[in-house]
Amino acid sequence: MRIEKHPILDFKRGKKVEFQFEDRTLTGFEGEPIAAALHDHGIMVLKNSLRHDRPRGFFCAIGHCSSCLMEVDGCPNVRVCVEPLKAGMVVRRQQGKGVLR
Amino acid sequence: MIHEPEVLIIGGGPAGLSAARQAVKAGCKTTLIDDAFDLGGQLVKQTHKFFGSEMEYAGVRGIKIPEILLDEIKDDSNFEYLLRTSATGYYEDGVVTALYENNEMLKFKPKKLIIATGASENTIPFVNNDLPGVYGAGAVQTLMNVYGVKPGEMGLMIGAGNIGLIVSYQLKQAGVDVAAVVEAAPKVGGYWVHASKIARLGIPIKTRTTILEAIGKEKVEGSRIASVDENWQPIPGTEQTINCDFICLAVGLYPLSDIFHLAKCEMKYVPELGGEVPVRDWEMKTTIEDIYVAGDAGGIEEASSAMIEGALAGLSAANALGKEPEDYNNVKCQLINELSELRCGPVGDHIRCGLAQCSMEDENES
Repeated sequence: MRIEKHPILDFKRGKKVEFQFEDRTLTGFEGEPIAAALHDHGIMVLKNSLRHDRPRGFFCAIGHCSSCLMEVDGCPNVRVCVEPLKAGMVVRRQQGKGVLR
Repeated sequence: MIHEPEVLIIGGGPAGLSAARQAVKAGCKTTLIDDAFDLGGQLVKQTHKFFGSEMEYAGVRGIKIPEILLDEIKDDSNFEYLLRTSATGYYEDGVVTALYENNEMLKFKPKKLIIATGASENTIPFVNNDLPGVYGAGAVQTLMNVYGVKPGEMGLMIGAGNIGLIVSYQLKQAGVDVAAVVEAAPKVGGYWVHASKIARLGIPIKTRTTILEAIGKEKVEGSRIASVDENWQPIPGTEQTINCDFICLAVGLYPLSDIFHLAKCEMKYVPELGGEVPVRDWEMKTTIEDIYVAGDAGGIEEASSAMIEGALAGLSAANALGKEPEDYNNVKCQLINELSELRCGPVGDHIRCGLAQCSMEDENES
């Protein structure tokens, strides 16, 4: 769901890179937030809430609301709305609070 | 290692950048930190042209303002800024800690601290308000205006203040449909010029209407709205289902005041300003010597007033450091006048009322 034509804006996108989400290989633009790349592919559920196991997604986009914590390259609780995408990243929905390795 | 700038500014939005400009121009060694990818705060997604006076860049698109503010100081050796750097603490000895790129801890011990942390978005209660696809309006702007990704195909906007109206317009520009703008108040809260643009696009603005529910299991697949009575209660029988795949909340902001609390600045809860804000004087100084406030962190207002408050804070901090900014008294008076002009008239009623609750008397004026 990329915006291809915009009356005012030119989007400065990084180079196209591949990354892993769960067991899928997806593409995104280097340097954009991981959440933006996931959203482009229609992936809305980023985690599940701890107590009631409710689906949670992108909400504030400024790293404040904790609704988008995911496991990135094995590191849990990464705020994917403010974490830049890099080639080869492995992004997963984490279980519960995640595990520090 | 402890960094010891003369002025440390937390937040690189309109307030923080203006503060930096004044402090650097006055000759202060200034460091600015911001947790985002770019300087500019919320300006980076404001594709619309600003109103107000020329001094606050009326007629200029918000996205262009950060570079204008930076222009005079970006090559100054007294100025440095760090991005992706989140302030994480304030300690009794005046040390500010920050986390750089999620892995390096930095420590600062500035002589003067200017807190311009801005605001975060409110939410409102309704069934399933935590469902993926329920977004803050600012988040929608970031996603589409900065990264060029559509939030969905058909949105429902909650709130007809300026943000709700402007973002609805921007959604249409991005090729996304807006089913309706709903507003619980009896009339539109934003400027008529924005409301008219929405109306011309054929987007219905439904006042005295509220959202009851987001429909969906894993993500938003629709919504239910209803009319409200004078007591803001939904009127049975007026429920309506709206076809949408995302819901955008433009129901206000609250000041990000964590650091003021850590520093034990005297705080007041001021509903007109969006929440808890620090008590301050005319120079934007809080009740803690050496700590200043500017912009939405001190009360929700607009980018224009944030820029003036920032300038005032930067100037005051520089003056307190003995830097004697050029033409200090005149510039200060001019800034204070600009602020009162922005806040005059009925539109500024609530701001004036709010500020009256958290402003200290100015000794010079009494």
